[in-house]
Amino acid sequence: MNGLSVENLHKQYGNNQVLKGVSLKARPGDVISMIGSSGSGKSTLLRCINFLEAPSSGRICLNGDEVKTSTDRGGQIRVSNQAQLQKMRTKLAMVFQHFNLWAHMTVMENIVEAPRHVLKLSRQEATERAERYLDQVGLTKFANAYPAHLSGGQQQRVAIARALAMEPEALLFDEPTSALDPELVGDVLKVMRDLAEEGRTMIVVTHEMGFAREVSNHVVYLHQGVVEEEGHPKDVFKAPKSERLQRFLCGAMK
Amino acid sequence: MSYQELIQAFPAYASGLWITIQLTLISLALGLLLAIPLAILRVSPKRAVCGPVAAYTWFIRGTPLLAQLMIVYYGFGQFEWLQAAWQRGNPVLLLFRDPFYCALFALTANTCAYTTEILAGALRSTPFGEIEAAQAYGMSRLTAWRRILLPSALRRFIPAYSNEVILMLHGTSIVSAVTIVDLTGAARDFYANYYAPFEAFIAAGTVYFGLTTILAFLIRMTERKYLAHLRPHRVAVPAAS
Repeated sequence: MNGLSVENLHKQYGNNQVLKGVSLKARPGDVISMIGSSGSGKSTLLRCINFLEAPSSGRICLNGDEVKTSTDRGGQIRVSNQAQLQKMRTKLAMVFQHFNLWAHMTVMENIVEAPRHVLKLSRQEATERAERYLDQVGLTKFANAYPAHLSGGQQQRVAIARALAMEPEALLFDEPTSALDPELVGDVLKVMRDLAEEGRTMIVVTHEMGFAREVSNHVVYLHQGVVEEEGHPKDVFKAPKSERLQRFLCGAMK
Repeated sequence: MSYQELIQAFPAYASGLWITIQLTLISLALGLLLAIPLAILRVSPKRAVCGPVAAYTWFIRGTPLLAQLMIVYYGFGQFEWLQAAWQRGNPVLLLFRDPFYCALFALTANTCAYTTEILAGALRSTPFGEIEAAQAYGMSRLTAWRRILLPSALRRFIPAYSNEVILMLHGTSIVSAVTIVDLTGAARDFYANYYAPFEAFIAAGTVYFGLTTILAFLIRMTERKYLAHLRPHRVAVPAAS
């Protein structure tokens, strides 16, 4: 099967169950928005997909390849083959809430870093890619600037260019606009809208209901670690079935 | 005042200066080279890995450099196995009969301990998000260390290390206690010959001061080059996107 599938994912920290059996499917071209109040587990779910957090149980498959894991004595899941995981991560590029650009590298160096040293592209190829995607996010002029010298919105667009330069199968966005000043959110959302229109596969954890409604083709509402409701944004936003989602949307739309 | 004699003593001071420079630079270089792997071990979460390194740095940093030098120069020679090795003519261990190499060993062991701790501190202060980004982009542990952790930490390490560099330059002056005629040793000889302590040590102090200034300048240059990303924003980039 093409695409990404998450099956029956559980995650717990001690006695605190954060995810209680979540499943998710993303076919190529899907733009999935994950919404829910804080603590609902949506960021954890995203971070479990590329094993930044090790799930407690469940399966994650990309294009039919399951990430192979084993369970250690403490009952924690461990990845059995690091090389396989690293390869999968290159296909699932992540954009973080706090950008997480490498501070000692210029914008250009940030973008060519993983293509050069993980994908092993030649310097020239990596630079061409970087220039293309830097242009796409409108920051060509800043190629030689350091992250600390850019605004939050610019940094997040650099982070998006860094993700695009991997030419991944899917982009994972972890609340990409939550750390930004309100007036900078628009630039980042615009870049993300353009990406959706290009037909890129995206999984977006977001509090931006406008984006979820207008851009995504599937919305997942998480509540206390379970999928409370999901479906096409038209249905989910116009006629939410669950009472909790109705209340959540009322609050979020204010 | 004995300026005439001071001019005559110039060659003695110059050769002392050369010893001081050699001891400083070689011990700093070796100490830094050894400190990089040791610092990596030092920040390991495993007790068995970081423990021995922590014990080493704790011991060295808890005792005076002069005492360490005395232990190496006077103390090592009383071990019978070392004397036996000297008898056999072991080329490496024979170096411990030469005060220069004893001093070099003590200075290196000393600076290495401090440098390890400074670098370990810089490694610990790596923003976690940057390490996470390295993982998320598929880097192996080795690649992440080589490309992200070490380059980032070594930059943050420079300002604190600059103190260590200057302290080591000044620290070498104690080697005159084990018969080495370094810059301070030359001054001591001059004082002994002419009984002119003021001139003798003012001359040495002036040279140390000059060396310190040169080192400080070189460090500043290094910081400018490698810490550009921490400098306040100037007009280096266009104002709006």
